[in-house]
Amino acid sequence: MSADIQSTAAAAVEHDGGGETMLPVPHRVTGRREESHDCVTLRLEPCGRALPPFAPGQFAMLARPGVGEIAISISGDPSARDGSLTNTIRDVGAVSRALCRTRPGHVIGVRGPYGTSWGLDTAVGRDLVIVAGGVGLAPVRPILLGALAARDAYRRIVLVAGARSPAELLFRDQLADWAARPDVAVELTIDQPAAGWDGAVGFVTEPLAQLRLAPAQTVAFVCGPEPMMRFSASVLLSKGMAAGDIRVSLERNMKCGAGLCGHCQLGPLLLCRDGPVVDYARAQALLDVREL
Amino acid sequence: MSSPDELAGSALFDRLTAAQLAAVTEAVREVTFAPGTRLFDEGQIAAGCWLIRDGQVALETAIPGRGLVVVQTLGPGDVLGWSWLVPPHRWHFSATATGAVRALQLETSQLLALADADPALGYPLALGLFEVLLARLQSTRSRLLDLYGSPRER
Repeated sequence: MSADIQSTAAAAVEHDGGGETMLPVPHRVTGRREESHDCVTLRLEPCGRALPPFAPGQFAMLARPGVGEIAISISGDPSARDGSLTNTIRDVGAVSRALCRTRPGHVIGVRGPYGTSWGLDTAVGRDLVIVAGGVGLAPVRPILLGALAARDAYRRIVLVAGARSPAELLFRDQLADWAARPDVAVELTIDQPAAGWDGAVGFVTEPLAQLRLAPAQTVAFVCGPEPMMRFSASVLLSKGMAAGDIRVSLERNMKCGAGLCGHCQLGPLLLCRDGPVVDYARAQALLDVREL
Repeated sequence: MSSPDELAGSALFDRLTAAQLAAVTEAVREVTFAPGTRLFDEGQIAAGCWLIRDGQVALETAIPGRGLVVVQTLGPGDVLGWSWLVPPHRWHFSATATGAVRALQLETSQLLALADADPALGYPLALGLFEVLLARLQSTRSRLLDLYGSPRER
């Protein structure tokens, strides 16, 4: 981002009292980690004033000047109060590719936070079951980080994560750290057999189906491709969980991210405002309608 | 010999009455397998069925140029072994314990005899097997969808 844009953006933030603005706020890339062949985690720090803190589940609009702007969920530690942001991006299009290609020192634009959160604070005193498929592990990572930062506030913590192959599992080092903890249960599974993998091979619903749950004590957080979320929710419901205790993170094409343009509409919901986190009691009927 | 309580809670048997469960229990015994134990080989006559309690079993097949490839793994609560039920009664894959495994082994010839003698037991048992098999099929279909693939690959 040029110095002119940077100073204009900084002035807009100042004028707006530092609150939400439709102008991207310049953030510098201060860290970059390749998670897989097409996923990168960026650490961003504000060039000037920081944005309001993000809650787990919320997203930011990340802009690469001259290319475009897309919605990306935060994937970092919600307890960090230094103004930094962490986002994990998959290269699936022009803007995401441009963001994945940024390097430390580059400046991008950030708007947010937007959307609903996973509501971790409402799950205090309960079991947490976190189900992630593919890059869906990125939006649920803040749940784990937040829960582990206040471990005594929660009962069981279980992560069930699936990926296509071992090489596509995100945050592999952290997954190993979590799996080594006695107070977290981690069940990983891959879809496609791979040489050197001695863990589970099967879809994510398989280890999920084998979990023993106390349904009334459990809150489930599910994120991944929509069919994976539907299948996982079906398993959780069959185990006696209430739909209202299952929370999913939904996606539609987002443009403004601020409830203005309507592009992210899903039935009566605007996912940038009423989502992305929606409880399954609300989401189930909407997801059953094809091309809603 | 196992107790009916060990079978209760498994989807395979949850339609059986207490008396039926007691009869089936006569055909069940607990077994353990050391890591690396080959439980059965692809192509062998299929006899036996296992309800895994602890550990992991890999279903494998040999692919020229790739060696033994794991098709699926089964863990606690999973049922291993279906081919005894239908002709040609031969195993479709090999099965190997990837770690220490504890399982309940069902003597399938006894189960078949019980089911033949008492359709009131055979029917719920078959439904239980069907339910477990259907879940396995659904998850396999989910894998076929390649849901985690990138839009760039399509």
